[in-house]
Amino acid sequence: MNHDSYTDAYIRGILDEVKTIAMVGASANTVRPSYFVLKYLLAKGYDVIPINPGQAGKEILGQTVYASLADVPKPIDMVDIFRGSEAAGAIVDEALKLDPKPKVVWMQLTIRNDEAAARAEAEGVKVVMNRCPKIEYGRLSGEIGWTGVNSRVLSSKRPALKAGFQHRGLPGVNPRAGTKG
Amino acid sequence: MTDRIPGFSTLAIHAGAQPDPSTGARVTPIYQTTAFVFDDVDHAASLFGLQAFGNIYTRITNPTTAALEERVAALEGGTAALAVASGHAAQLLVFHAMLRPGDNIVAGNKLYGGSINQMNHSFKSFGWEVKWTEATDPQSFADKIDENTRAIFIESLANPGGVVTDIEAIAAIARDRGIPLVVDNTLASPYLCRPIEHGADIVVHSLTKFMGGHGNSMGGVIVDGGTFDWSASGNYPMLSEPRPEYSGMVLHETFGNFAFAIACRVLGLRDLGPAISPMNSFLILTGIETLPLRMQRHSDSARKVAEFLSGHDKVEWVSYAGLKGDPYHSLQQKYMPKGGGAVLTFGVKGGYDAGVALVSNVELHSHLANIGDTRSLIIHPASTTHRQLTDEQKTAAGAGPDVVRLSVGLEDVEDIIADLEQALSAV
Ligand SMILES: Cc1ncc(COP(=O)(O)O)c(C=O)c1O
Repeated sequence: MNHDSYTDAYIRGILDEVKTIAMVGASANTVRPSYFVLKYLLAKGYDVIPINPGQAGKEILGQTVYASLADVPKPIDMVDIFRGSEAAGAIVDEALKLDPKPKVVWMQLTIRNDEAAARAEAEGVKVVMNRCPKIEYGRLSGEIGWTGVNSRVLSSKRPALKAGFQHRGLPGVNPRAGTKG
Repeated sequence: MTDRIPGFSTLAIHAGAQPDPSTGARVTPIYQTTAFVFDDVDHAASLFGLQAFGNIYTRITNPTTAALEERVAALEGGTAALAVASGHAAQLLVFHAMLRPGDNIVAGNKLYGGSINQMNHSFKSFGWEVKWTEATDPQSFADKIDENTRAIFIESLANPGGVVTDIEAIAAIARDRGIPLVVDNTLASPYLCRPIEHGADIVVHSLTKFMGGHGNSMGGVIVDGGTFDWSASGNYPMLSEPRPEYSGMVLHETFGNFAFAIACRVLGLRDLGPAISPMNSFLILTGIETLPLRMQRHSDSARKVAEFLSGHDKVEWVSYAGLKGDPYHSLQQKYMPKGGGAVLTFGVKGGYDAGVALVSNVELHSHLANIGDTRSLIIHPASTTHRQLTDEQKTAAGAGPDVVRLSVGLEDVEDIIADLEQALSAV
């Protein structure tokens, strides 16, 4: 498929479908973008597993860190890649060796590797590149509008509220019902 | 909606404004509160650390204001926006995020007089210099840029001169030199002109004027085009360097193509403080819903008024880019083909005294220093806004003794013309 742009339905479908996300390149440094995304996705009820060889065996935000995707002891729905476009190729190949295979490979903002994307899609794995799941979740739920960001979403429907005063969710997206977020 | 791209009028009504999630209120409520409760300490920490989207304190964000911000961002085709207390506050925050002491702005000389003052005098105390160029000559911008230039500033449609600026030519120079182009789009509004589509990186507005449109609320906005690479040169440390205010966070890396709007909010608005009131955001938001209708009517009526004045024997000249034969008509056709806006100037025969007589004679027009109201407005700059200047300075500023400025309102155009007719006949 064309990866220059994605429909809202495609992105929403992915955020709806996945529950367990392995984040490759997750940082323990609290001001790094990967830490922000990890924290946000956890708050939204996703099960996020940090992958970072330098931190293996430690915890980030209470989640056990693994050295590689192959070390994760449970099925992974989505692999979220916080590494350069170059490195993304090998990570996608590792992801495709998992059993069961992930449903989605997601590369963060500025990361794009079309060859790797084609290999994943050939195996039936959905791909998103050069996007951030935090921004997309915030955009589709309307939360990002609080920051003045153009969500490009128009709707006459009431936004979905989640637990907590200021938490919106995606209608139909509720990975772990009842959790805060 | 589906993935259909909505039109301008649809965005003017809907962008940023879903029904209120807790009450179902269809119109965006006025969140007239200073602060917002946290869920718990961790939620508070996430908000203060910019790790979660949400509201803390109305100086920084407010849900009514956020709806306004998203709507203007959508109308201008930007990635994000920040609404503030006035147009001047918007300009201050833009340059605060771009310049350090010793840096300079290259600015076109056809600007609102208040902006000229702001740059010449107030900015000097921050150590920011302004280098004026001939706004109608794009090459003059290239000639003025030096190693300390951090921004180029122009108005798309200049107040009051009726000059339409060649945005694309100046944007090409800005891109070539790696400097962001900031465009004040107040007089045109995004209905008539969208500068980001022509290469602008940042758009500012005085929302006080046509966006609000009813002469009832002060406001300003900064729109981030999402187009400029703040990290390439190292000249924009607010965006490209770790920020001590946020434990070493790098804003450009963290917020990508809306980092400039975030920088203006969390470094500028947070610390300098010119927040817009939620009530004003609400009034401006309501005004914007009819922006397309109003701007078309303003422009159509202004053209008719300009045509009437051109044929009047007490009028020496008329400056309105929407008028065939005007020196800026071809640029108007290129950048704002739907119309030339509401503001026009003309010279009344008989000079200073005739100008004073005219503004005294009008009965429908309001004699005041503003533009962009539903009401028709008139001013004689030489006896009011520019009266402290010498005659030479007045003429150079486009405020010669004979100059009268109109902001053509939304009344029946026949009544507007009749008022000018009777006022001119008694001059
Ligand atoms: C073109 C332009 N820019 C900026 C401003 C300043 O806006 P404010 O009065 O909202 O501070 C004005 C006000 O007249 C204006 O006409």
